[in-house]
Amino acid sequence: MTAQTFDHLSTEEALGEPPWQRALRRLVKRRAAMTGLAIVVFFILIAVTAPFISPYDPIATSWAAVRKPPSAAHLFGTDDIGRDVLARIIWGSRASLLAGLVSVMLALAVGVPIGLFSGYAGGALDGTIMRLIDAMLAIPFLILAIALAAFLGPSLTNAMIAIGVTQMPVFARLTRAQVLSVKHEDYIEAARAVGNPQYRIVLRHIFPNIVPPLLVQATLATAMAIIAEASLSFLGLGQQPPSPSWGSMLNTAKNFMAQAPWMAIWPGLAIFSLVLSLNLFGDGLRDALDPRRE
Amino acid sequence: MTTFLLRRIALIVPTLFFVSLLIFGLQQLLPGDPATALAGEDRDPAVIAFIRQKYHLDEPLPVRYALWVKGVVQGDLGESIRIRRPVLDLIAEKLPVTGELALIAVLISLCIGIPAGIIAAVKNGTAIDYGTTMAALWGLSIPNFWLGILLILLFSVELELLPASGFVSPGESLRQNLLTLIMPAFVLGNFFAAGMMRHTRSAMLQVLGMDYVRTARAKGLPEIRVILRHAFRNALIPVVTLAALDFGALLSGAVLTEQVFTIPGFGKLIVDAVFNRDYAVVQGVVLFTAFAYIMLNFFADLAYVVLNPRLRT
Repeated sequence: MTAQTFDHLSTEEALGEPPWQRALRRLVKRRAAMTGLAIVVFFILIAVTAPFISPYDPIATSWAAVRKPPSAAHLFGTDDIGRDVLARIIWGSRASLLAGLVSVMLALAVGVPIGLFSGYAGGALDGTIMRLIDAMLAIPFLILAIALAAFLGPSLTNAMIAIGVTQMPVFARLTRAQVLSVKHEDYIEAARAVGNPQYRIVLRHIFPNIVPPLLVQATLATAMAIIAEASLSFLGLGQQPPSPSWGSMLNTAKNFMAQAPWMAIWPGLAIFSLVLSLNLFGDGLRDALDPRRE
Repeated sequence: MTTFLLRRIALIVPTLFFVSLLIFGLQQLLPGDPATALAGEDRDPAVIAFIRQKYHLDEPLPVRYALWVKGVVQGDLGESIRIRRPVLDLIAEKLPVTGELALIAVLISLCIGIPAGIIAAVKNGTAIDYGTTMAALWGLSIPNFWLGILLILLFSVELELLPASGFVSPGESLRQNLLTLIMPAFVLGNFFAAGMMRHTRSAMLQVLGMDYVRTARAKGLPEIRVILRHAFRNALIPVVTLAALDFGALLSGAVLTEQVFTIPGFGKLIVDAVFNRDYAVVQGVVLFTAFAYIMLNFFADLAYVVLNPRLRT
């Protein structure tokens, strides 16, 4: 009888709009976030299609074209040893995006399990892990990255490791805080009561509920990682010459500011627009995933 | 208050212990024999032997760590391989330069960030709020070394108004000192100002909805008085704590700013040390900044309790 009464209600309707769909609908409505996403996608396309769209070889020098201002032949001009700036910007997008992606993945892969474990286990173990995380957070981001890059040796790979290691504690702490906030919810107690093993409770019941804030943090962390890679390359501790990277292009440009200002304008503009777009998208994502906002 | 103080100090001790472990551990990342690596490029056998003996490299790891910590506690942060001077002396020499730069930067960012945050919160949802929030996002997204380069292009290369690089100590000429520091301080303060604006805005938004603010308005107080005396004073409390957390970003920014404007400060010290493979200096600087950060946050938490009467029990 009861079954018949509720027959006409589908599960979908009873539950309302699924949260992910609602978040997506709200995200699409945010113009700033969508502009950000479009620009990020644009940069990804540039990085992927670099071999086909680059007008010149990014490391080919030409003594006949040293520090030439922007022209039809070289849209963004040439650098101090005659390399095409546009070609280097196009190829340099690979270093930036790769650094952003790899270092954040590394930070997630290490930080999230630590946070899950620490938050779920609690007690003295949690206390000890959190003091270690505090210690890592006490060393300023770039200074720790510089020190790591210095001791590991300067290269793009080591810069990515250094950036990932410095971002890891942020994810560990965020994950732990989220675990603590859902750990005593009724549905977790229920999962425990029906005899689920610990690992299943953590992976199947806790983890999916803490994904949204991690996603937002990961987007904003990618923006930070891209600035960090550019900073390390600017200091000479990231991508090594002659491979192109926006940060190292600015490092060289610094010495020719009076003679070739275009060398400094374009790489900086590229970093700025990519980072701003990621921040715009991240902010929009946070608002869209926040159930309290409408 | 005493319980809070004791509990807070109890948190600092293990954090400092782990910081020391991390920084000591950095040395272990060096490939090959640390003595050879620490000796720098010359690989002078005498220097290698000296390092081996100085850092007790023949002893087991825990003993080496204990000896290193003992030295650090006594103020011995090691010695620069390159200039053969104690690291602590080098830090003490460079600190005032970065200190002055950071101080001016913080002053600039407070003058921009706090009023902007208050206005954005008061005008919440309007074009002014949107514009200020957007400006802050720009400030957070612009790499400060690029901003520095752009300002040099404009004010030094084009307009020839300000020196592009260098540093004059205030003792020599205060005017020259300020002229050399104004651009770097603005560049460094930019990021901090953006953070400050965001913190102030969100703290103000929270406070403006409180009952006591409504009461103050209901009493018929002028709006400006409600905002500044009743709302802002309470909003200031979280802003202080968040500002202390941004201190690390300020130091990171200083490294890049000093590099762009060739200012002989703390940041230049660590970058030069990296290229000279002067590892003791790198370690010393990292240790010092971590210690400064932990202490600053301790005092910020203390200020939080002192400023907030509700926590003063």
